[in-house]
Order: sequence, then structure tokens, then C-alpha cells
Amino acid sequence: MEIRSKEFKQRSVFAIHDANLQTALGRARYGFVGKRALQVAELPEFERLREEAKNTKNHILDNLDHYLERYEAAVTAAGGHVHWARDAEEARKIILDICKRVDAKTVTKGKSMVSEEIGLNEALIENGMEVVETDLGEYIIQLAHEPPSHIIAPAVHKTKDQVSDLFEAAHGGPRKTEVPDLVNEARLVLRDKYFKADVGITGGNFLVAETGSSIIVTNEGNGDLTQTLAKVHIVTSGIERVVPTLDDATLFLRLLARSATGQETETYTTISTGPRRAEDLDGPEEYHVVLVDNGRSKMLAGRFKEMLRCIRCGACMNHCPVYGAVGGHAYGWVYPGPMGSVLTPLIKGLDNAYDLPNACTLNGRCASVCPVKIPLPDLLRELRHMQHQQDITPVMQKRALKVWRYVATRPKLYHALEQVGARFLSAIAKNGSIRRLPLASGWTDVRDLPAPAGRTFLELWQGKRGQK
Amino acid sequence: MTAAANAREAILNSVRSALRRGPLDDARRAELDARRPQHTRPAQDEELVARFIRKFESRAGTTARVASRADVPAAVEAYRADKGLPARAAVGAALNDLAFASLETHHAPAGIDEAMAVSQALCGIAEPGSLMMASGPASPITHNFVPDDHIVVLDANAIVGHFEEAWDILRARPEGMPRATNIISGPSRTADVEQTIQLGAHGPRRVHVIIVG
Amino acid sequence: MTESPTRGPRVGLFATCLMNVFRPNVGFSAVKLLEDAGCTVEVPANQTCCGQPGYNSGDYDAARALARQVIEAFENYDYIVGPSGSCMATIRHDYPVLFQDDPVWLPRAQALSEKSWELLSFLADVLHAAPSDSRYEGTVTYHDSCSGLRGLGIKGQPRALLGEVDGLKLKEMEDSEVCCGFGGTFCVKYPEISEKMVEDKVRNVLATGADTLVGGDLGCLMNIAGRLKRVNAPVKVFHTAEVLAGLADGPGLAGAAKESE
Repeated sequence: MEIRSKEFKQRSVFAIHDANLQTALGRARYGFVGKRALQVAELPEFERLREEAKNTKNHILDNLDHYLERYEAAVTAAGGHVHWARDAEEARKIILDICKRVDAKTVTKGKSMVSEEIGLNEALIENGMEVVETDLGEYIIQLAHEPPSHIIAPAVHKTKDQVSDLFEAAHGGPRKTEVPDLVNEARLVLRDKYFKADVGITGGNFLVAETGSSIIVTNEGNGDLTQTLAKVHIVTSGIERVVPTLDDATLFLRLLARSATGQETETYTTISTGPRRAEDLDGPEEYHVVLVDNGRSKMLAGRFKEMLRCIRCGACMNHCPVYGAVGGHAYGWVYPGPMGSVLTPLIKGLDNAYDLPNACTLNGRCASVCPVKIPLPDLLRELRHMQHQQDITPVMQKRALKVWRYVATRPKLYHALEQVGARFLSAIAKNGSIRRLPLASGWTDVRDLPAPAGRTFLELWQGKRGQK
Repeated sequence: MTAAANAREAILNSVRSALRRGPLDDARRAELDARRPQHTRPAQDEELVARFIRKFESRAGTTARVASRADVPAAVEAYRADKGLPARAAVGAALNDLAFASLETHHAPAGIDEAMAVSQALCGIAEPGSLMMASGPASPITHNFVPDDHIVVLDANAIVGHFEEAWDILRARPEGMPRATNIISGPSRTADVEQTIQLGAHGPRRVHVIIVG
Repeated sequence: MTESPTRGPRVGLFATCLMNVFRPNVGFSAVKLLEDAGCTVEVPANQTCCGQPGYNSGDYDAARALARQVIEAFENYDYIVGPSGSCMATIRHDYPVLFQDDPVWLPRAQALSEKSWELLSFLADVLHAAPSDSRYEGTVTYHDSCSGLRGLGIKGQPRALLGEVDGLKLKEMEDSEVCCGFGGTFCVKYPEISEKMVEDKVRNVLATGADTLVGGDLGCLMNIAGRLKRVNAPVKVFHTAEVLAGLADGPGLAGAAKESE
């Protein structure tokens, strides 16, 4: 997927004026946030689990090479194949080669953000394959030719009416307008695809080194049908998703559904270990795992190692007021919201996503709900620092900062300018505020500027206490 | 070196150089392999069967309880008649010991038009109220996902408290990990259209557990 | 304790930039509350800004220059106290991070961090003070500013203190903990997003029917007050300290003088 994060400003303004989007976002925000809060209230151990999850992830990352090697050996022992991909291109090639070798015509897909990250669908389609997204949300946006706008609820930006239109156009009428009918229509259409699929591709929420298993969590069961009915099952996953044991996976499972959708558990947790066995009646004949690096190993080196703890629950975006205002597409690449604002510049380049770390009020709500305690605001600030160091920050802003520093480190000058400012603003104010201030139109375009009284506190204080 | 081996080494080396170290020595590796995590298990103060039923039913699953395994066919028949389903089902060979007199059964994988399947659970997990199914020749995976109605036989004494105990059951199996281990917590569902919860997205529309004992 | 009971701690008041220019009344309210609670209050003249604008813009060098200035101005006081969760969170949490590799300044930054307090939490948690015989006739709703709430754990203290004010009725708004859209330079860099956020905040404020909004950070309050004024909503806006000190008798932020009559 082409990165369009440079258009963040324009796309965010567009999103704010999209009435359908705003309706959909409002509904989603309160749903996810409220349900998560209820689940957290019901689990007294939640905070302890967050701390353990953070520490366990740190342990895994410190020993990542070892656990990856153990995982690979266990997959191989179970009859599966592990492939390593340094970047998106290598990952696409590995998957394409497997698909071509088995002469795949139809490829079904469970939800996988890594497959979005590596631009897999486009590559498969270019090579003549029919690609069918089977997660209902992914299916909807595939019909709309759009990328996901949320990592766990990809079609969260669509209203029911828009889904009705898409289904009518794709499936032929009669037009369905109720949710049960829409879901049923998709169920029937996708059933055929599962049964005729040559290759089924899923993500991997966790890769278990102990057993060589991949774990996916879904509510719909689409991932299971995808990986069970196709002749070949391919798992795409980031290298950081390995966990040592089933018990470690459990720690994260206890946090994942609660943080993501506000459920105690998703409907299906599926642990896959190798291909169909000799006596089995069903299951895929081949089982492949593609381990994707794509910038992750480099992140291990410094501050951004903490970002690799991410379990892709989406709680940060559900609680982000900026995401809530503009939705996922404004962010311009695969990962939106706070986690995306950290990942996108790191994977796609700082200068390709200047706005993402900056379009944040550092309010900290994301970090306060993150199940693995990633200090997202600190990481976003660190990206601003890197932009500043590498001269990606706009020249005007850097100049303004220089002037500010010069003045602010000279208290007498600073106070004198404050006094001038307070008097000036007070003089041009009407009825307690200023409606328009050309040099501060960013402020006054959307709100009045409350007027100062005229003299500064320090001035008044020195006057009063000086007389004492 | 092949391209694939190159990529593998490059990634592992990149991981190590980012961590500012070389490969771990054997002593450290042995230490990591011996690691047995003891993560917090959420407290429970409820009888396991009662908790399982309460949790499973909270997600629109249904349950029935019978005294002995011989009562299962009648319970299946009662469910089938109540839902008005055809007298045909895919039944895992793991349930071969049961006589389904009123039902036409087969052991093959579920086909696209399969209406009902009956399966044996490996165990139940009371913590979230979920079934754990182990795939194998006697328990095809398609039975769990393709039919509209899925009936699962679960022994009451096979309900454990926490996930960790269920993993121990898997580890204790002589044949090791199943090809597929499906933890099922109710009927298939989606909320992808306007956050409205709708059952029967792709998997079974109904999941009915017959608890034995 | 060797200290005589009549002599309270010597407090250096951190006069935040917004307070200094836009709302001196907050400073006088802070002084009154601190002195009523037995503190000796001084306002060092060689202070300017805590450095947060530089820090949050990624200019760590500028932030350090300002931090050193604040440390020098305040390190000889028993406490540094300011009427802003945002500035005080910077001093408490960010100064030690800024100097983490500096053996000379790190201990000084840490020492100042440990005696830095946001005004209301200082009154409640350190001095265990209650506002003396203050009165406010009105229904008040409270906005939780993000830095104070999540950075310093300020949530119960201002509400408890407001509960002591005669005549004041507190009415909670929905999403009081959600950001108002100020975010420092964010609000002028991304005005449309900020507008959407402050609009949500204003809607929640108005839904309470409260006639007054209070909070602990002037940045947020100026943003919300400016928006309330823009949409002609007759809600008065004060810093919590003004209400507690009994100095909320004049016009609120962005309020014309006649409004308060």
C-alpha cells in the first residue's frame, strides 16, 4: 500500500466534514471504550497482568533471536515450514512463490495487518489470483477498494447504508438493509470461496516457541475456515510476535480481547501446529509461516524497542481523541492512531510521515489503556526530537523555537515582552476576548482568545509586595 | 548460501546487533529453555461446572446437562427436534461408542451444506467458559466451523479452572499437540456492521454443549 | 521536627506563562491559598517558562536550557508549587529524563522534581488544607486536564476541595477525562481537529447545565472558554484556585466585565 501520510492535514479536514464517517466514529468510540471499562472493572488482576505482560514482552525481546530459533525448530518438527523475510518485497515474493507452485487460483485471507503492511493483495491480484478477504469488515472494505481504517475493526468507518450499497453492487440485488440480512448474505457468498480456495492466508497473533504453533483470535470463525479448507495455509507475522510458551500466550490472551473489543474472550482462539497429519480427514496439506522483519529488528536497538511490545489490540486508537475525530484513513498508511503514528515513521521513514507524531496532544490516554504499557506519548515526542535533529521539522518552526529560547532564557526581556503582549491584547479585546488575530489565526479561526487584564502577574506582584 | 538462508542469518544478526551482543551462549540458552513462567491467574471462587455454564451462556451459547454418556443421543435428539433440523449429522468418530438411533450419521469432514455436527470436547475451561477441541482423525476440524448447529459433548470432570491447566492436558497427550486446537467460546459472531452484534457470521449460528456427569 | 509550628514551608511560586499574561488572578488565588495554609510564598523574579514548548517540539537542548534556569531559580525553596498540572508534570517527570546522562544536573533535577507540586495536590496531599470560608453560588463542572490527571494523579483532590466551598454544587460531565483539544502548539497546528475536540468538550459541558466550568490548567481553560465564547454559550470559566480562594467574583476567562454582575 502506497503511503499517503504526507496528506494527513488535508485528509483529516476531509474526514471531519464527512458526515457518514463522523456518525460511524461516534458509535464505535463509545462502544469500545465503554465495553473495555466494564471488562477491566470485572478483573481485579488487570493492572497486575499489564505489568507482567510488559515485563514478559521485554524478556522476549531481549532474547528474541533465541526464541525465534526455538520456534523455527518446533514448526519444522511439526512438519511446517518457516520462511524469513527481511522486508516487504521478500515477504511478497515468498508468498507468491508458494502460491504459484501450487497453481493457486483462489486465495482466501483472514485478517492480517502484516499482509496489509507488505502490500500482499495487490501482488497476488497482479499475478492473476482471486483474493478474497473473509473477515466481514475486511470483505466490506475490499469491495469498497479501501484500506482498513482500524486494526481490529477495519470497516468501522462504514455505515450500514454504505454496506448495503456495496453488497448490492457486488452481489446483485435485492438490496438488504438490515444487519442480520447483510451478514447472512456475506456468509453465503464467502462459503463458496472457502471451499474452493487453494491457499488460505492468516495473520498470527502469537507464535509459540514451545510448540511451534501459531495462534489466531477471531469472533467470526473466518480465520478457521480460511486455514482449514484451503490446501495450503500460510501465516504472515512480524518477528516480534513470538512467545516462549503457551502460558505466556495466555497472559496476553487475558489482556487482548478485553483491551480490543471489550470482550472477556473472543469466540475463537485457534492454535495451529503444522499441516494435516497422516490420518487426518481435513486440514491444509502444507503449513507455512512467513516471519517478517521489515524494520522491526532495527527498532530493538533503542527507545523504540518498547513499541515492539504491541499486541495490536487497538485500545490506543479507541481511546485517542484525535483518531476519534478523524478516523483511520487520515493517517495515510496501514496502521492508524497512536501506535500507527509511532510505527509508520519508523517503517516508512520520518520524512514521509511528518504530521503523525505531531498531530497528538500528548494527553496520555492511549498509554493509560495500553495492555503492555507502551509509553506512546513519550515515543511520539522522541520522534519529534528525531525530526528536529534531522531538520525534517519545518524551518519556520525551528526559527520560532530559536527565538523563543533566546527570549525565554533572558527573564527581563521575556517579562518585558509579556508585558507588551498583555497590554496589546487587552487593548484590542472586546467584551473580554479577541475574535480575530491575524498572526494567531490557528487559534482564532475556531475560538476566541480570552483577553488578558492588561498587566502581568509579576508586574502586579512586584507592585504589591514591593510596598510591603 | 541461499537467499533464504541469507535472510534468516541477516535477521538474526540484525536482532543481535540491535541488542548489542552476539549469539547467546549454551548456558543462557539452557536457562531460557528451563524457564517456566508463573503468570497471575485471575481468582475464581465458583464451582467449575457452574462457572463454565454461566460464562458460556453469557455469550449466547446453550447448555444441557445429562447424567451419563448413554443419555447423550437423547439429548442430541431433543435439541434437533426442538430446532426442527433434519435427522442427519456429521459425528466425529470419537463418539462412536454412542448409538444415535434416530439420526443418520457420518464421520467424514463437514461439507458445504452440513446442517449439524456433534463433537467431543477435549476439555472445558471455566475461566472464560470455553470449550477446547483437539483435532484428529476422530474429531475433524470442519465439524467445528462449517455446520449451522454445533453440538459438543463435554465431560463435567474435564472442566478445568484456568487455561494453564488445559495446556497441561495438551502436554500430557502421548501424541503431543493436536494439529489444530480450537478454543470455542460460543456461536460465531461479528460486530463489523455498525458495532451491532450478529451471531452466525461464518461459523456455527448456534453452539450447544451437552455436559455429561 | 525542629521547625517551629508557626513557621510553615517556604514555597517558591511557579508563575506559569499563561497565568502571568492572561490570568494574574490565578496567581493571587494561589498565593492566598498557600498563605492561608501557613506557607511563606515567594515569587522568584528570574523565572520564565518551564521549557515544555521546546521539549514537546522535540528541541531538547532548548528544553534543557530552560530547565536549568528553573532549577537555579527554585532549588533553594522547600517546595516549588504552580497552578498547572502541565508545567508541574514537566518539572516532576521530564526534568530528570532530560538530564539522565548529565552527572552534574541530574541530581539537581531530581531534587527539584521531588519537591515540585501542582497547587491543588500540594494543598490536599501535603498541607492537608481545606479552603477557609470560601463561597461560590453556582453549579460547577470540572474538566480533568490530561497532564494533571495522568501525569500527576490529580482527580480526587480538586473535587474534594471544591466540595468544601459553600454554595457550590458539583455536576460531573460526560468524558471529563477526555482531552479538550488544546495540546499546546497542537491547537494552532491542527485547528480543525482541535475544533472537533473542543466542540465535543463544549457539548459535554453544556449537557450538565452547569453555569461554571473549572479546571487546573489555563491552556485547556482558555481553549474551552474561547470556544464557549465563540458559540455564545453563557458558561463562566475559572481556574479551580480562583473559586477555592474566593476570588472568582470577577469575570471569568473570556468573560466581559458585566457578566459577573
